Amino acid sequence: MAKSALLKSSIAKKVAMALSGLFLILFLAQHFFINSTSVFSADVFNSISHFMGNNPLVQFVIQPILILGVIFHFIMGIVLEYQNNKARPINYVKNNGAANSSWASRNMIITGLVVLAFMGLHFYDFWVPEMVYKYVEVNPLDETRYFAELTHKFESPVRTAIYSVSFVLLSLHLWHGFNSSFQSVGFNNKYSRSLHTLGYAFAIVVPVGFIFIALFHHFNH
Amino acid sequence: MKLTLKIWRQKNAKAEGKIVEYPLDGIDEDMSFLEMLDVLNEGLINSGDLPVSFDHDCREGICGSCSLYINGEAHGPDRKVPTCQLHMRMFKDGDTIFIEPFRAKAFPVIKDLVVDRSSFDRIQQAGGFVSINTSGNPTDANAILVPKHDADKAFDAATCIGCGACVASCKNSSAMLFVAAKVSQYALLPQGKVEATDRVLNMVAQMDAEGFGNCTNTGACEVECPKGISLEYIAQMNREYLSASLKG
Ligand code: HEM
Ligand code: SF4
Ligand code: FES
Repeated sequence: MAKSALLKSSIAKKVAMALSGLFLILFLAQHFFINSTSVFSADVFNSISHFMGNNPLVQFVIQPILILGVIFHFIMGIVLEYQNNKARPINYVKNNGAANSSWASRNMIITGLVVLAFMGLHFYDFWVPEMVYKYVEVNPLDETRYFAELTHKFESPVRTAIYSVSFVLLSLHLWHGFNSSFQSVGFNNKYSRSLHTLGYAFAIVVPVGFIFIALFHHFNH
Repeated sequence: MKLTLKIWRQKNAKAEGKIVEYPLDGIDEDMSFLEMLDVLNEGLINSGDLPVSFDHDCREGICGSCSLYINGEAHGPDRKVPTCQLHMRMFKDGDTIFIEPFRAKAFPVIKDLVVDRSSFDRIQQAGGFVSINTSGNPTDANAILVPKHDADKAFDAATCIGCGACVASCKNSSAMLFVAAKVSQYALLPQGKVEATDRVLNMVAQMDAEGFGNCTNTGACEVECPKGISLEYIAQMNREYLSASLKG
C-alpha cells in the first residue's frame, strides 16, 4: 500500500508541490542574479547570457528539467485547487477568511495563474525568438546581441507595465509559497522564525528587483 | 441586548436548507452563546415552531460536541474557546449574527446546525490507538521513562477535542490539524512508537478517503482551533508520513 500511497496521498502531493516550488525559487534567484547584471554592465550580461544560451548542460539538461518543473507545478496546483473545491460542495453564506489567514495564502491559484499567463508572454518575448534564432534559422553565434534584445523589449510601456504588475502577483505568490513549502516538507522548528524573515525578504526583494530592472531599461534606452 | 439572528435551517440531510432570520430580544451579555440559542428555542417552542437543532454536550469546552460557524468563523470571534465557552459579551447590542453549520463534504448536515462528524471517528479507528498487552502481566506505564519535553508535546497534541473547527475554517476543508494532533500525540511517546509507521499511513489514507481537502498551509485551522493545536504538529506528521512511506 505504501508505494501507491506515496504517490497519491494528499501529503505526497503537497510535498511534490513544495519541492517543485522550491526548485522554481532557486531558478528565480539565478534568473534575478543574471538580469541584475544588465543594470551594471552590458558586457557582463552578454557574456553570462551567451554562456547560458550555448552551454549544452544548461540547454539540454537544466532547461528541459526547468520546463517540466513549471508544467508539473502548475498542473499540480490546478489539480489541488479542483480537489479542494470539491471538499466543500456547499459554501458558507458568510465567511470571514481574513480573520484567520492571509490573502496571499487563500489565493495561490489566482496569483499562480497570473504568473502562468505572464510566463506565456515571457516565453513569447524571449524564449521563442531565442529558439528560432538558434535552432530554426541557425544563425551564427553572436555574443553581443543579448543586451540590445533585452532593452528593445522594454521600450514598450505596455510590456513594461504588464511585467511590473505580474511581478507584484509573483511577490504575493512567494509571500505565502516560500515559507509554506518548508512547512510542507516538515521543516518547522526553532530556525523557522529566521527562515520566515528570509522568505518574506525574498518575496519582496526579488520581484521588486525585477520591476526595477524593467523600469531601468524602459527609462534609459 | 437586541439581536438579529440569521440561522441555517434544514429539515434533514436530503432537504434543501436556507438562512432564516430571527429577531431576538432580552439577551444578557453574560449568557453563553448556547444559552442565547436556548432562549431562542424556548420562544420557538412556545410559538409552536420547531426549535433550532445544534450539537452540545459538556458545555465546558472538553467534549468537542459543539460546533457552529458564527459570523464567518468556526466557534465565533473569540480565540481558543469552543462555541459553548463563547459569551454574548463578544457581541454588541443590535448586531446581526450569522449561524451556519460546519461545512465540508466529509461533514454532511444532518439537521439545521448539526453535522455528521463520524468521518473523524473512522480516522481514529484507522490508527489512533496503541495496542497493549492485557494478558495479566502488563508493564506499569510509569516504568517507561518519557522525557519531560516529549511528554509535554504529546500532551499538548492530546488536548485536541475533535471538534472539527480546523476542517470548518480551512478553505480546503482539510483535516490535517486534527489528524496531525492524533498522530503526533502517539508518535512522541515510546508506547506509540511501536505502531507509528502503520498509524500515520492508515490515518492519512482514511483522511483522504473521507473526502477532506489538501493542506495549503494557510494556518486558518491553528487560529480557530479552540485548543491552540499548533501547525508544528502538521509539519511533524508530514515528516512521520514521509519516513513511514519510505520504510513501509
Ligand atoms: C516562478 C514561478 C513560481 C514559483 C517560484 C512558485 C512557487 C511556489 C511555492 C514555493 C509554493 C508553495 C508550495 C507549498 O505550499 O508547499 C507554491 C504553491 C502554489 N503554486 Fe506556485 N510557483 C510558481 C508558479 C506557479 C504557477 C504558474 C502556478 C499556476 C497555477 C502556480 C500555482 C500554485 C498553487 C495553486 C500553489 C498552492 C498549492 C497548495 O498548496 O494548495 N504556481 N508555488
Ligand atoms: S485540532 Fe483543534 S480545531 Fe481541529 S478538531 Fe482538534 S481541537 Fe478541534
Ligand atoms: S459542548 Fe462540549 S466542548 Fe462545547
